[in-house]
Amino acid sequence: MSRMPRRECSRVAQKKQFKEPIGALWEKGGATTIERPAIEKETRSKEDLDLPWLVIVHNDPVNLMSYVTMVFQRVFGYPREKAERHMLEVHHKGRSVLWSGMRERAELYVQQLHGYLLLATLEKAA
Amino acid sequence: MEIRRCNDEIEISELDPFLAELLRQIPASADPKGTTVAEQRLFSPPAHETETDLCKEWKLYVEPELRRLFQTATETVATDLQQLNGSEKTLANRVLRIPWKHADAWLSALNQARLVIAAKYNFSDAELGDHFRSPIGSRRDLSLFQVNFYGFLQECILREVG
Repeated sequence: MSRMPRRECSRVAQKKQFKEPIGALWEKGGATTIERPAIEKETRSKEDLDLPWLVIVHNDPVNLMSYVTMVFQRVFGYPREKAERHMLEVHHKGRSVLWSGMRERAELYVQQLHGYLLLATLEKAA
Repeated sequence: MEIRRCNDEIEISELDPFLAELLRQIPASADPKGTTVAEQRLFSPPAHETETDLCKEWKLYVEPELRRLFQTATETVATDLQQLNGSEKTLANRVLRIPWKHADAWLSALNQARLVIAAKYNFSDAELGDHFRSPIGSRRDLSLFQVNFYGFLQECILREVG
């Protein structure tokens, strides 16, 4: 399931290399060439420009609140207060968006959350 | 029953035979086989069913990994529970020592067992919140007690982990 990111940011840099420093050419009195500026071209895949994916955790009456808080801290590295806020949102509103971003990362987070037996899904941001 | 942390172990002492038996039931209770709702709960879909490719790939690649993960946890717990086997004093209170490094496996196995039992019996929110119901009465009451007892153990382990 885990795939390599499809982000294809190719940087094409073209630099003309001088065999001798410019100063040396002046000294020789020969013609000089102005260094061509480096051209950096960045391409982005279609997916990169897509809408972000959301990682959502849904309410479950069985999982303990303290357990859910611990899982949020471990998976997302959230501080306790933030993890508790999300846990309470899940508890009171039925769901909470824990993270948004690239699909591959979102899949990985959902996989981790399922490993802790939480009800988690990913969906495209509206 | 007493729970405390001793060096590299979590020690559960003063375990009466009834609670010891409930602990012995953890690996079997965590097995969802034969109960579709329990299977569905442990292996829930990763997205809405309209994301067919994603759900299909998940079943193929991620679900087997999750099965292995859950099985490893219950096997670790089953090994620890062997301490409760083979005593001559079957009616005496027992002591169970859980190695500290097994705490995550215990949290997982206890959670699996709670989810599977709750799915099998379709307990309501009100029932799950009823912590004072006697285990004596019906199989359903005993199972609800089991869910709450495992939850209590989870809380204790979490407190030690935290």
